[in-house]
Amino acid sequence: MEIRITNYKRCDVVKITGRVDSSTAPVLEQNIKNLMEAGHYHIILDLSELDFISSAGLRVLISTQKNCRRYNRGEVILAAVPLNILKALDLAGFTSLFHIKEDVVTAVANF
Amino acid sequence: MPSQIFPGVFDSLPHIASFVLAIAQEAGFDGFDLYQIETGVDEACSNIIEHAYCGDCSGLIEIDCTASDDKLVITIRDHGMPFDPNSIRKPNLTSKLKDRCEHGLGIYMMQQWMDEVEYQFFPGTNILTLVKYKSKGK
Repeated sequence: MEIRITNYKRCDVVKITGRVDSSTAPVLEQNIKNLMEAGHYHIILDLSELDFISSAGLRVLISTQKNCRRYNRGEVILAAVPLNILKALDLAGFTSLFHIKEDVVTAVANF
Repeated sequence: MPSQIFPGVFDSLPHIASFVLAIAQEAGFDGFDLYQIETGVDEACSNIIEHAYCGDCSGLIEIDCTASDDKLVITIRDHGMPFDPNSIRKPNLTSKLKDRCEHGLGIYMMQQWMDEVEYQFFPGTNILTLVKYKSKGK
């Protein structure tokens, strides 16, 4: 898994490439935690090059959304979600808990 | 029967996926079927590492993978503590965000996406068998 974070004026884009499983989910979690500890709660997860996500990765998504929405201080938006990943989100009942945008540009414009 | 033994650690997960997916692809599985197989195997092995071996890195996971005309049978053996899948409550998939429990998803996803899931417990050995049938038309 690779993570690339781009800071914009109103939000941050976290691009996740490869595989998020029980071995890599803690790394993703720590990277996002660092953002939130710096006061960044408007986060776009660019999933365009995400190949696989297990329940461990899904737990990171849900805990991040809970944290960002606390006190109405922010939001996590999912962008460019591949079909397989979308089916996993749907199976887990997550699609109603996230705004899902077709690409990063559209997601950035949302903030 | 192709088989391989992996260390019971999370770093083995991508290697286990590669091993199983190569056999599944050769047998004619493709697309979303492969993703479902990857999910089933990943969740099964993650559970073994977390619950059966409880972080003991010396445990092993043995995987046999057999393909036939219509199905793939994946047999996963471990020698850790027996794990009762019925002890895990099914996650509530419709609750509000603040009430959403973050655990129990893995077993649920494995059970939903594999066609058969069977647990067997013997003294010192646990065997989990996952079966995936080919989608119609393949």
